[in-house]
Amino acid sequence: MWRFIGIRLLQAIPVILAVITVTFFLVRVAPGGPFSAEKAVLPEVKAALEAQYRLDLPLFQQYTAYLGDLAQGEFGPSFKYPGRSVNELIGAGLPVTAELGFYALLVAVIIGGLAGVIAALKPNTRQDYIPMTVAMIGICMPSFLLGPLLVLIFGIYLDWLPVSGWGDIPGDKILPAITLGSAYAAYIARLSRAGMLEVMSQDYIRTARAKGLPEWQVVVKHGLRGGLIPVVTFLGPAFAGLLAGSFVVETIFQIPGLGRFYVQAAFNRDYTMILGTTVFLSTLIVLFNLLSDILAAWMNPRLRAQFGEQ
Amino acid sequence: MTTEIITDIADAEQGSSLWHDAWLRLRKNRLALAGGIILVGFSLIALLTPWIAPYAYDAQNLELGASPPSAQHWLGTDIFGRDLLTQIMYGGRVSLAVGFVATSVALLIGVTWGAIAGYVGGKVDAVMMRLVDILYALPFMIFIVLLMVVFGRNILLLFLAIGAVEWLTMARIMRGQVQQLRQQEFVEAAISLGLPPRTIIRRHLIPNALGPIIVYTTLTIPSVMLLEAFLSFLGLGIQPPQTSWGLLISYGAETMEEFPWLLIFPGLALTITLFSLNFLGDGLRDALDVRRSKD
Repeated sequence: MWRFIGIRLLQAIPVILAVITVTFFLVRVAPGGPFSAEKAVLPEVKAALEAQYRLDLPLFQQYTAYLGDLAQGEFGPSFKYPGRSVNELIGAGLPVTAELGFYALLVAVIIGGLAGVIAALKPNTRQDYIPMTVAMIGICMPSFLLGPLLVLIFGIYLDWLPVSGWGDIPGDKILPAITLGSAYAAYIARLSRAGMLEVMSQDYIRTARAKGLPEWQVVVKHGLRGGLIPVVTFLGPAFAGLLAGSFVVETIFQIPGLGRFYVQAAFNRDYTMILGTTVFLSTLIVLFNLLSDILAAWMNPRLRAQFGEQ
Repeated sequence: MTTEIITDIADAEQGSSLWHDAWLRLRKNRLALAGGIILVGFSLIALLTPWIAPYAYDAQNLELGASPPSAQHWLGTDIFGRDLLTQIMYGGRVSLAVGFVATSVALLIGVTWGAIAGYVGGKVDAVMMRLVDILYALPFMIFIVLLMVVFGRNILLLFLAIGAVEWLTMARIMRGQVQQLRQQEFVEAAISLGLPPRTIIRRHLIPNALGPIIVYTTLTIPSVMLLEAFLSFLGLGIQPPQTSWGLLISYGAETMEEFPWLLIFPGLALTITLFSLNFLGDGLRDALDVRRSKD
């Protein structure tokens, strides 16, 4: 197991380095250039600005200097708003986005997992078709459509829940969490159904039944562990999707999280901010993929055995 | 007994029986069939839009403003008095075009890459697939946003960027198929006949791996269309004066309190299309008996 974790960690390093490198040079070679002045400025001012953002150095030195900053946990300044830094915005936005993501994941895993397992217990009956059709709707209904529709129905017509904000009015976290989580609930429903179907036809399940365990124990104790492996593997990519989804959901519900900052930075063409945020978000995603791989390996005895552990 | 076997062989020798069987199975799957018919219908409408749209694309009626569905404007009008049905038809052209073109880009890169890696094998294969693994780990959603910011919001770039993301799974599927096929006698026969690798890949490997490729293509188109709509919704995709379903949904969301039809109809168009593609893809997967890939 430790060897597996070690190998995976080593594999993550080139990926993160690639992300940093590609992002850095993409931002630098942007046509028109992020730093071409919109207004004519005095040469002294320009020189001072260039020195501040290290533009007076050769490109490669800028790159190594930025790597040095990153090693110290400095993601860089904002170009459009002097005085603000990427670190500050991450500090302000990350807790909000993390909370939103956590609730969304909770919605996704509980509703999706339950629906999938229930459907798999009686395949090809109504108990299977109904949740799976709903899941298909969930997959086909993008968050940027579902969000406004939920707002329209529950926020405006029924007037049950607040339509925007985060932590200001009780209940204002419900609609964003459902909007963000529903697509993943749908995927998880399909994955857990497929996983459970495969597991429940295995010999060890028959053994468990043969030794007289009640059916619910067979499902919960023996079925779930194997059947939910695909779901755990999916959580890594789902995390990346949740972050991207937070761009939309935070924009719709006006939530002051990382996603909204990122979209705003993209709109303002605040290149240094985009650079810093991209590096940060990407590293986070790579690490999460790693974590979900390790978790899945730990749940899968066959994979554990492959790395020489009993 | 013997006669049965003989007729079996005779059946098999009629050729194209795989496709025939698949068609029979697909025909029984009503949802998949309905999806296919809807898609053909939508695609035809999109192709013919300039001739059959009820109004001109840029026709405004500022006096009318936003009006609910009526006999003159079946789906209502937007705040500039533009006919929503016309907008949705033109938007569909863009959304469907992005879906098909970007998927074709992904198909071309992925199939070529996977076929070469699987056919050549050895070190070349290891290096090529390692690269795919690394790219897989990259957070592409964020990269596409970055690309759109850096290089401007250009529709051609959007095609390329999305296509460049989606080819990875295609490459993996193709490589797996080719590796299996390589072991088979007819490929060995082709090799021993001295056919060049290009010909073997084109004539023998790709046609035999077509099933999974078709299935995955059908399932790639909706994810590509979603990506485009997502970017357009954020204002980073299709730009006015062009329009797409994502952009129409974003406009609709802004004014949904007063004019809900501006959100609902474009949303319906997108959802129905995605629904059809997913059902058709699932149906094809069952019909062509492709093993479920890890989603």
